[in-house]
Amino acid sequence: MTVPLLKVDELRIALAGDVIHNAVEEVSFEIGRGEAFGLVGESGCGKSITALAIMGLLRRPLSLAGGRIALDGQEIQDASPSEWRRLRGSRIAMIFQEPMTALNPLSPVGKQIAEMFVLHQGASWSEAMDRAEEALRQVRVPSPERRIRDYPHQLSGGMRQRVMIAIALACGPDLLIADEPTTALDVTVQSEIIDLMAELCAAKGTAILMISHDLGLVANMCRRVAVMYAGRIVESQPAGAIFATPRHPYTQGLVDSLPRLGERAKRGRQRLREISGVVPSIASYPAGCRFNPRCFAATDICRNTPPAQTPLPADGLVRCHHHG
Amino acid sequence: MLPILARRIANIIPTLAAVVALVFVLFSVLPGSFVSAMNEDGRTTIDPAVMERMRKEMGLDDPVTTRFAKYVTHIVVGDLGTSFRTREPVTKLISPRVWPSLKLVFAAMCFAIAIGVPLGFIAALRPGSVFDTASMVCAISGLSLSQFWLGLMMMYLFALQLKWLPSFGYGDGGIYHLILPAIALGVGPMALLARTTRAAVLDVLNADFVRTARSKGMTETRVVEWHVLRNALVLVITTIGLQFGSLMGAAVVVEKLFAWPGVGSLLVDSVFQRDIPTVQGCILLIVTFFLLINMLIDLAYVAIDPRIRYG
Amino acid sequence: MSQSTPASVTADIAAKRRFRLKGGLSLWVGGALVGIALAVAITAPLIAITDPVMSANLMNAEIPPCWEFPFGTDAQGRDIYSRIVYGSRISLTVGVVSQIVNSLIGVSLGLSAGYWGGLWDDFVSGLTNLMLAIPSLIFALAIMAILGPGLVSLVIALGLTNWSYSCRLARAQVLSLKSQGYVQAARILGYGDLRIMFTQLLPNMLGPLIVIATLGMGGAILSEAALSFLGLGIRPPFPSWGSMLSEARDQINTVPWLSVFPGLAIFFTVLGLNLLGDGLRDILDPQTTTRR
Repeated sequence: MTVPLLKVDELRIALAGDVIHNAVEEVSFEIGRGEAFGLVGESGCGKSITALAIMGLLRRPLSLAGGRIALDGQEIQDASPSEWRRLRGSRIAMIFQEPMTALNPLSPVGKQIAEMFVLHQGASWSEAMDRAEEALRQVRVPSPERRIRDYPHQLSGGMRQRVMIAIALACGPDLLIADEPTTALDVTVQSEIIDLMAELCAAKGTAILMISHDLGLVANMCRRVAVMYAGRIVESQPAGAIFATPRHPYTQGLVDSLPRLGERAKRGRQRLREISGVVPSIASYPAGCRFNPRCFAATDICRNTPPAQTPLPADGLVRCHHHG
Repeated sequence: MLPILARRIANIIPTLAAVVALVFVLFSVLPGSFVSAMNEDGRTTIDPAVMERMRKEMGLDDPVTTRFAKYVTHIVVGDLGTSFRTREPVTKLISPRVWPSLKLVFAAMCFAIAIGVPLGFIAALRPGSVFDTASMVCAISGLSLSQFWLGLMMMYLFALQLKWLPSFGYGDGGIYHLILPAIALGVGPMALLARTTRAAVLDVLNADFVRTARSKGMTETRVVEWHVLRNALVLVITTIGLQFGSLMGAAVVVEKLFAWPGVGSLLVDSVFQRDIPTVQGCILLIVTFFLLINMLIDLAYVAIDPRIRYG
Repeated sequence: MSQSTPASVTADIAAKRRFRLKGGLSLWVGGALVGIALAVAITAPLIAITDPVMSANLMNAEIPPCWEFPFGTDAQGRDIYSRIVYGSRISLTVGVVSQIVNSLIGVSLGLSAGYWGGLWDDFVSGLTNLMLAIPSLIFALAIMAILGPGLVSLVIALGLTNWSYSCRLARAQVLSLKSQGYVQAARILGYGDLRIMFTQLLPNMLGPLIVIATLGMGGAILSEAALSFLGLGIRPPFPSWGSMLSEARDQINTVPWLSVFPGLAIFFTVLGLNLLGDGLRDILDPQTTTRR
């Protein structure tokens, strides 16, 4: 069996406060070389800090409390700051949610791309600027020779996110982490950005860890999808199977809450189903299965015992006492 | 750059006009009260003949509008009037005072920037450290000092006891006479700059684009050099501009304490001598200078921040 | 704001917790210093040893600090400690009353300008810019020159020249509150303009205004000392801390204790107010950090 590109094993992230809470625990998944992997969950479920942990960018009060992160079979969770810096940008890169604030407002975008070549490949600034122009052309920014001198505020949201993609992919990383890359964008621009990312990564053989609250978006783009709830992965399946046979009640809720084209013609006018209740806060995770207060199928065992992982076909898993 | 400069100058003019009107109203419409108020304290009594002369000289029998028109036309051609005391043009009285004042104010500001900004910067890079806590305790103490008391204490220690520096006066204009007044004046703005810089740098360090910079694999030093410095500078520069105002207010007191021959001590002396044209001239000069400084600050903004340049 | 990053939410919680500790310390130290100053001012006749003005006795002139005269005596033999104790009344009166005047002017102008907008808003903004263009101590000095020395003049001079901060703050707060649901609801319910301003808007901006007022009091005390030092504020023989320093200046070489103690009194009172303001800001006004 080949070594996966990224292997996250029993990851645990602590939040230091009055008491220490585990913001993320027992999170394990693997991403193969060039594979697109989706991580889905509501706000506050821990998916973004999982990404930051993989980048080695957790800051106080968050810290890595346990588990292993291996890149190409090499464990990196205990890497020194300088080792982390060599990985970041050159082997693992990240795109953030807010293209408005993720770029330095006082620096021309070309320079912000060029920094990557100067940092990781020892290029001179003039050479780096030429390559930045080329990078902008690759992400299909029109007239890149003029745009490299533009400042972020002169670009639209979509253009800025293209610049972010250019920065992230500048040094041909093995893994691209995209944290809600299209949430802040207009719906019309979203699919362009997603397609661009998918296409460029496919061409360069870059794996993608796609993080989103949008199950539909992730399932379209990724081969495998993991669903997170309250700091844990509750279900993981190939993208098709998640839709066809969701096993965890939470995943079923997510799938049911998606509007589907043609549904109304088929079944008539009908309310979309929502999941009742709210996401519990880190300080007040319920005992037993963390989803039990919102779950339609909850029984006594759910309220007392945390469910173990049950393997599913095709390397899938589900964490539920009553998985169908 | 040029049209922006023109626009900023145009912005100053209405404010300046309003200040001229205000100063006129304060001193020329109410001179009776000015004279009598100075009388009330019992220290000096004014000869009725002098009162009469003052009334005549100020043309108080003319209607207010005529007097204001005359006042404004004189100011426009650079005539600030004639001193009641020396009978010389006010401009002639003020002009030798400008350079010493400028020297003091800029020396104080340079001291404040040279110490305050690095202090706040280092403190922000190590929040919660001993250095951070110590420098912020110093900063809030510096904000709570009255400048002239600090000047007095330094005068006692460094000039009178240790005899390292001259205690007062302008001397030959050399640096030794400048040191004590400049430090006394600069400590307040220094403390405020340290606090502002710290807050600004902490703000920027939490910005999303700094996280982006870290995700690029930069060393923390590079992150600060390439992305934090300029962004924090924008906030720091605003504070510097605003601080010039209170600095020039405090300069009046410090100049008086150190017998520094500047515009501020002329202003205070003229108040006591009821030399209204000189008082008016000093205030107009100080306000104009403050407005010009803030115009320069605005231009510095334009140079640093592209959002303003193109916005 | 990034809506789906738990990291930022948790960082917020932790930041608040850190601030509570930190704000707590400066709040308590500042509150204690201000409390002591207030207590001294209120109980001045009880804790002073001698009358501050009338106790001149040339037999006791220029005695250095000792058991009988803890802060020493001046050239006329007056007890410096007693004079400082009485001086606190002047400093605190000027600080508190002039700041109340400032707040009243600033809030009523800022509130009404932000609420009504239009021509009135333009006028108030112009006035505020004018105030900001004149260094406030210079402006106060000019007013003192016209009104003449004295406590009332000081309160007027300092009360008329430092309202621009509260005005700008009140205006900005109104502009952001105005669009919020409850203000609009009040308007739909038919509340009058003044009623909305006083029952809906004012209570929601009180926190930041209190912070500004606390810091402003410290500034006013420093200004009072400066004006009295120049001879334009409180005149000798009445014991204001600034006028005491004004008298002491000429004797700095021979009788240094005359200068040391009034300055320390100013320093600790203003430090107390600044610390209190900082501490209150952490509690009342969590958004703005250290801008002043």
